[in-house]
Amino acid sequence: MKNNDIFKPTFWKVVSVIIIIIGAYSTYYRFSQGLGASTNLYDTSPWGLWIGFDFLGVGLAAAGFTIAATVHIFHIHKFEPIVRPAILTAFIGYSLVVCLLIVDLGRPENFWHPLVMWNVHSVMFEITWCIICYSTVLILEFAPVVLEKFKLTKPLKVFKKISIVFVIAGVLFSTLHQSSFGSLYLIVPGRLHPLWYSSLLPVHFFISCIGAGLSMIIFESFLNARAFNTGIRINILSSAAFVVLIDLIIGFLLKLVEFISAGKLIYLTIPSTETYLFYLEILIGTFLPVYILSYKKFREDKKWLFISSVLVISGFILNRMNVSITGLAASSGRNYIPSFDEISITMMLVVLAMFAFRLVVKNFPVFTDEENFIKNTDNEKEIKSKQIIISE
Amino acid sequence: MLKGKGILFDANLCIGCGACYEACKEKNNLPKTNTEYLKDHLSGNTFTVVEQYGNNYARKLCMHCDEPSCVSVCPVGAFKKNEFGAVLYDENKCIGCRYCMQACPHKVPRYEWNKTQPRVRKCNMCSDRIEAGGITACAEACPTEATLFGDMEKLVAVAKKRLQNNPSKYYQHIYGIEEAGGSHVLIISPVPFEQLGYTSKLPNKPMPELTMQAMDKIPPVVAVGGVFLTGMYWLTKRKNQIAREERKLSVKHETIKADEVNHEE
Repeated sequence: MKNNDIFKPTFWKVVSVIIIIIGAYSTYYRFSQGLGASTNLYDTSPWGLWIGFDFLGVGLAAAGFTIAATVHIFHIHKFEPIVRPAILTAFIGYSLVVCLLIVDLGRPENFWHPLVMWNVHSVMFEITWCIICYSTVLILEFAPVVLEKFKLTKPLKVFKKISIVFVIAGVLFSTLHQSSFGSLYLIVPGRLHPLWYSSLLPVHFFISCIGAGLSMIIFESFLNARAFNTGIRINILSSAAFVVLIDLIIGFLLKLVEFISAGKLIYLTIPSTETYLFYLEILIGTFLPVYILSYKKFREDKKWLFISSVLVISGFILNRMNVSITGLAASSGRNYIPSFDEISITMMLVVLAMFAFRLVVKNFPVFTDEENFIKNTDNEKEIKSKQIIISE
Repeated sequence: MLKGKGILFDANLCIGCGACYEACKEKNNLPKTNTEYLKDHLSGNTFTVVEQYGNNYARKLCMHCDEPSCVSVCPVGAFKKNEFGAVLYDENKCIGCRYCMQACPHKVPRYEWNKTQPRVRKCNMCSDRIEAGGITACAEACPTEATLFGDMEKLVAVAKKRLQNNPSKYYQHIYGIEEAGGSHVLIISPVPFEQLGYTSKLPNKPMPELTMQAMDKIPPVVAVGGVFLTGMYWLTKRKNQIAREERKLSVKHETIKADEVNHEE
């Protein structure tokens, strides 16, 4: 790897640098002038783009726990090659969320208060703790990759022995806070539009994050293959896509049953912005990908697999934005549109997250060779030496 | 039944003079926010307003719910309900997540958006005056008994009596007696409450119960999930181990067979 590569200007590098510079200025402006000057938030719409993006960061990182569970708990080793990308995605997603939260908090200097000031009745308290614990778990889950790189075999062995404890804890923490993001809105039945408000919100959030998280891994695998000119493990990705398909169908059926039993079907016939957005969300995030993924030939086709993953992710983004922004707009009595600073800080953090992902992938054995992993289950010693050679 | 102390607002008696508005500003050292008090709205510097709806006037202020959403949602417990029923905010605990503002069924808490160390602001029921044995500034300033302060039981009795004595003048319901599980601010009015801008269609049970339905499931999810995952870990591991051993055995058998073939040759 050549070190001077980094200074060679390309179109995307220039764009990224511009986004980061503008974002850095907006960050300075936000902290020196306060939320009122830098955001379009107001009293009846106190949450905006940043909270919406927190939902996305956490939801799209969901593969971190599903894939880890599949491989390490259920021992389905077929998915082993995507464990590391999934965990890395999760870790970077959560780092993004923590940064955005700090920016969004009115009193960021008090961010540590939930550690010592408890209110166990608060969903927000539970989410805070789960995110702290799960981020720690992610660091521990990713630690072996770093240890491998630096050939620290002794701690590596210790980690491998106790790793199952982290994995199980990670799955539990994730299940709790992924669903709790939905629970946040249980207390606002009068505010959130009935198309999205439901006593099953936590269940909907949990189900949708699984499909979106896996789609994110499919999406990343394609980008990674393009960036580093490596092959794509189509058989693993199409198996993952099959899980996405099942997940989308379950999510849709649950929604359907709930709409019928709660008598909410009537809202689908009322023409309004919310209704159109809801239809768009279901079309992009459920109908189209379900249609594509139902065909085996599409599921095993690179192009369609990629398209369907983009659709699922877009539908997921739309859903979370609808719950956190659009679905609340009518009751807030004013239309919230994110300010320039809100957008530029968010864009800066997304660019930084992408940069961090690339940097780690370049320097650590994240997307490792498939063959090595198949051997890995049989002969661990042999693999270790091989992986270090690859990384060098 | 609601205990402690509270405020009764009677829209029938309110003349829209704005004395409560001014008294509240003075008591809480709040700067002037509008030249016309009837056009002002709740904000970081305004804890109560008088609004005009046709011939009627309506006061808006923190309802001091019996089981407040803000107290239940705050991750750091910055909101507390005090002994006589006021809902109080502690700015030293607050992290500024603004979940209280999102969750309040009456959309009351306001934020100091233009400060770098912002606080959530709302009516505190003049708790310092109450503790010293006094009454709230708004009730003291009111010239017509439209705003009364006192024991909840007495206020409910007064409200019921007014509704009974003048059934033609009053819409026959006390707002706040069961809305969102009841509140320490009660309102009576000549017209249905949504016509005066109060949040209607609130459930009659405390709002935090909606969250508790989900939070209650956390311990069983953790327990069952933990046992299930650990169980699956051992089961699948064992299954793979057996499969591997069988594979080894069959390899051994093959080599033995091959040896035998060699011997025979």
